[in-house]
Amino acid sequence: MDVLLEDVGFAYGSLPVLEGVSFEIKHGETTALIGPSGCGKSTLLSLVGGMLAQQRGRIVSTGSAPSQCLNPFTFVFQDFALLPWRSVAGNVEFALEHHALTQRERAARVEEVLALCGLREFARAYPKQLSGGMRQRVGLARALAVRPALLLMDEPLSALDAQTRELLMDDLLGIWARERTTTLYVTHNLDEALRLADQIIVLSRRPGRVVRSLRPELPVRERSQQQHAAALRAWLDELWTSIRAEAQLADREVQRG
Amino acid sequence: MAEPRDVVFRGGGFHVQERRALPFVALIALLSVWELCSLAGVLPALFMPAPHAVLRALYELLMSGKLVSHLGASLGRILLGWILGASAGLSLGFAMGMFSVARALGMALTAALFPVPKIALLPLFILWFGIGEPAKVATIAFGVFFPTVVSTYAAVDHVPRNLIAMAQSFGVPARAIVWKVIVPGALPGVLAGFRISSSIALILVVAAEMIGAQVGIGAFVLTAGNLMQTDQLIAGVLVLSLLGLATSGLISALERRLLRWR
Repeated sequence: MDVLLEDVGFAYGSLPVLEGVSFEIKHGETTALIGPSGCGKSTLLSLVGGMLAQQRGRIVSTGSAPSQCLNPFTFVFQDFALLPWRSVAGNVEFALEHHALTQRERAARVEEVLALCGLREFARAYPKQLSGGMRQRVGLARALAVRPALLLMDEPLSALDAQTRELLMDDLLGIWARERTTTLYVTHNLDEALRLADQIIVLSRRPGRVVRSLRPELPVRERSQQQHAAALRAWLDELWTSIRAEAQLADREVQRG
Repeated sequence: MAEPRDVVFRGGGFHVQERRALPFVALIALLSVWELCSLAGVLPALFMPAPHAVLRALYELLMSGKLVSHLGASLGRILLGWILGASAGLSLGFAMGMFSVARALGMALTAALFPVPKIALLPLFILWFGIGEPAKVATIAFGVFFPTVVSTYAAVDHVPRNLIAMAQSFGVPARAIVWKVIVPGALPGVLAGFRISSSIALILVVAAEMIGAQVGIGAFVLTAGNLMQTDQLIAGVLVLSLLGLATSGLISALERRLLRWR
């Protein structure tokens, strides 16, 4: 399933947050959305996921959702959003309980995604017993359990330490490749965007507009290899150049606010 | 260069630690001092009977069956009043936490009526319901209602919004969000409210029984006071204290069972 954004605009009251945003999220690809603080990245994610009512422009999907898809647009949250009173398996099952699945089907899906995310041994643990990285794996497993057409990830690694982030990035690449997941990935981390995304969309400071769209030629799986370090560095500089001035202005705006 | 000096540790203190035995030691010490003062004649028996006299009075009350009848009457009133008040309070509290109209109306009602001393309304309830049980039960229910409303509303309001948004993003129906997210999320605050409302119920049952009852711990304490039977009076107070401890223990047990995930 592809998703097309056409001239999308949004304002909180009289405060414009997004203006004339257009791009396409292609099936099976990861599109990263980067930009300065307050540029409307998360707002755009919420608009795409139907958690905010559209005001201007169009967001349309084309093509069919994966077979057995229960929730086409599915979020993975920055703060994990796990129910602390439920076990790991219970949290994953939560996303399935209101669907017409038999107990056996539900258990099979839970089992499958827990294995996929390396959580099989932690099925009975409660969120408070897990590290940040493991909690985010639970959030990811819950999202994958509904077989989403589009995974909407809102800074999913930003609450984690650098080492855990590295490990999870590798895991994410493995899972995406295996599941052929289409993903819209919001991050403020340029390295993360370059490591994970097929397409990188750069937004300006508020009101966010698309100022740059980058499609690094190197396949995502090869980007962590040492021989491509120079190419990666060049793209990073390119991205940073397009974002730096905007980020400085946005920072001053935040401080004034 | 100056002489080397060891770094001085400055991080001590401000670490409150649990001392399990200390409360019992303090209680025993207090009772011992009290008993000794009574034996030495420092505390006149008429005004402050010795602990052993209080225990004897309590034992006699138990053996005569009076304690059971007084305690039974009080417990019946507390239970009925608390169930009525807490049920209504939970309903309004949840509604205030979830619906704008209920919140606006409920806030006004609570702000106006919560500060009213509930026992002051007992004469009005006697006029409405008569001198019998309903007036006492209504006083307790009314007293339990407002703290339950406030604690439930606050508990619902503090359920993390991100959990509700998460459930909505998975297309979970509204009713299931209430039962699977809001109710369990609000439970710690609701149980904390029960702890307060059960203490209020205990205070109000005694006050109500002192005004218009033949039987009940409050009536018993009042009669003992009027007859200068201070050993029985203090035995009655001791029963009330034990009742409070038992209620608190019951709620703690509920918390341990229902909030294991914390």
